[in-house]
Amino acid sequence: MEVEVRLFATLRSILAKEDRGVGIVDIEEGSSVDDLIEYLEIPRDIPLIIMINGQRKSEESLLKEGDRVGIFPPVGGG
Amino acid sequence: MSLKIYRVNMSEAKVSVEDVKEEYLALGGRGLTSQIIGDEVDPNCHPLGANNKLVIAPGLLSGTMAPSSGRLSVGTKSPLTGGIKESNAGGLAAQKLAKLGIKAIIIEGQPKEDKFYTLKVTKDGIKFEDTSSELLGKGNYEVMEKLLVEGGKKACVMSIGQAGEYKLEAASIAVSDPEGRPTRHCGRGGTGAVMGSKGIKAIVIDETDAPGVLVKDEEKFRGAARRFTKNLLNHPVCGEGLPQYGTAVLVNILNEAGGLPTKNFRTGRFDGAESISGETLAETITERKGNTAHSCHPGCVMRCSQIYNDKEGNYLTGGFEYETIWGFGANSEVDDLDAIATMDRICDDIGVDTIEMAVTIGVAMEAGIIEFGDAQGAINLLKEIGEGTPLGRMIGNGAGFTGKAYGLTRVPVVKNQGIPAYDPRAVKGQGVTYATSTMGADHTAGYAVTANILDVGGTVDPLKKEGQVELSRNLQIATAAVDSTGLCLFVAFAILDDAEALPNVVEMLNAQYGLELSVGDVTELGKSILKVERKFNEKAGFTKKDDRLPEFFKEEFAPHNVTFDISDEDLDEVYNF
Ligand code: SF4
Repeated sequence: MEVEVRLFATLRSILAKEDRGVGIVDIEEGSSVDDLIEYLEIPRDIPLIIMINGQRKSEESLLKEGDRVGIFPPVGGG
Repeated sequence: MSLKIYRVNMSEAKVSVEDVKEEYLALGGRGLTSQIIGDEVDPNCHPLGANNKLVIAPGLLSGTMAPSSGRLSVGTKSPLTGGIKESNAGGLAAQKLAKLGIKAIIIEGQPKEDKFYTLKVTKDGIKFEDTSSELLGKGNYEVMEKLLVEGGKKACVMSIGQAGEYKLEAASIAVSDPEGRPTRHCGRGGTGAVMGSKGIKAIVIDETDAPGVLVKDEEKFRGAARRFTKNLLNHPVCGEGLPQYGTAVLVNILNEAGGLPTKNFRTGRFDGAESISGETLAETITERKGNTAHSCHPGCVMRCSQIYNDKEGNYLTGGFEYETIWGFGANSEVDDLDAIATMDRICDDIGVDTIEMAVTIGVAMEAGIIEFGDAQGAINLLKEIGEGTPLGRMIGNGAGFTGKAYGLTRVPVVKNQGIPAYDPRAVKGQGVTYATSTMGADHTAGYAVTANILDVGGTVDPLKKEGQVELSRNLQIATAAVDSTGLCLFVAFAILDDAEALPNVVEMLNAQYGLELSVGDVTELGKSILKVERKFNEKAGFTKKDDRLPEFFKEEFAPHNVTFDISDEDLDEVYNF
């Protein structure tokens, strides 16, 4: 199945620069966010903020075809 | 050397010096400004009249080696909200005032003639000078440049632009940054109009031969300050995120979460978000050889500020915040960072709050004065404020005023102050803060974005009602206390996540003042400040009905199709402590 991955801040360097953090990933049916993180080789040493279709989710959440998955390193401002 | 309070009476052109009352000794920053306003100002006075006062106070830790502790509080009765106001700014003023041994400056009365003075604050006291002929009608950039050439580069200038002279309700007080530029502001609530009403164009603070801040137990203080610096540097947001991207990194996360108010709060996602994101901003700044990690005052380790150059590589603006970029960007459907930076620059120069102006431009677009997406139109409108045209004065009086002038109902204000950057329907904890804060809609007053979006200090689902009232209440209490220390509110990211951080703050306070505070006392301080502010507002005529969001937030909001559904009864529980 295909999901849309959106990486932000420091995580953007994982994809090619011209992608600006956005890419379509073909991943096995029934995969979780955790599997996706593994697949993209996102470093595990920082806590991540995950959003699926704009809603906060945990890394155990299962993905569906066409999901929009946002992954952020710790960010803040105000 | 004991700390002093200066009282500047503009009716009599007289300055007097007072010892600090016992009750004020352990207060600073917002705690002190709100207490003095509560004690001395009639809540029913006209905010621009002789009976209102303007109180300027550094935080308790300002001027010491405590990291990021140079924040300034300015308190008054707000011409924008009609309630009490504390407006907080960076820049150099707080550290210099503290080093001069000044606990607060209280400006009262009103000059009889229509003149504008400059106050000079030095180790010998405060002097007046009539500078009407040189400075009247000038913007903050020119005022600061002139005064800093005269007063020496190292001084700090606080000044008002044309908006403050006209006493517009969104007028700010600019505070010079380390480069002597007006990029830091007491923005919210019209403090600049009050300064203008007192006939003061500028305040020059010169710390030459200042005695410095007295710290009772130096060694203990140094240890705690070092540990606290580590707490900040080790936190991923304070130590890495803020210096790297500044606050604009929030554009993308709010957009992703569907909480980025777009087109005057119509939807929660903006198609042009990427063009105005923190990532794009950081790249642009780096390409043009600006600075992504600027400190608004020496000793800040989080360095969220930046210097933004234009296409030619020349300085355009600084202190370019998320809320400003959101408002002149997404909320106005403008996706051009250079245009937004130009708007920021104009606001800093004329001396108007960028948040209020950003919300107002959205309302002006709603009114059809200019079209959504019309960046040049927005720039022209902002310029009119400085020119003092009738249209400019309407804009400079803020979103509520402009909305009324055009008979609009989609006007995002609470207590007549513009709602910033986080939609109350999709970031509900923030909605509770906007509705109930003593300050009017103020995102910093109880920054629930932490647990709602950023996973800091726990997690509370931003789209659900549950837990939001408690979250906002606790944050409002903690914020009132932090705003009294002179620490930048952004230290809260570390304090909320790292149990060792707050005890280090308490230890610094104890070491400096010879106190024996515990962590619990910090909460008590926060509560007592909120109570003083709330009481002032009640006497000024505010009721429960003023703790509400505009009606249109009951309409559904895409992409999550949510409404603001926290009941009035629940909102009334926020101050139940
Ligand atoms: S974090 Fe930013 S706003 Fe806060 S003190 Fe530092 S530079 Fe100023």
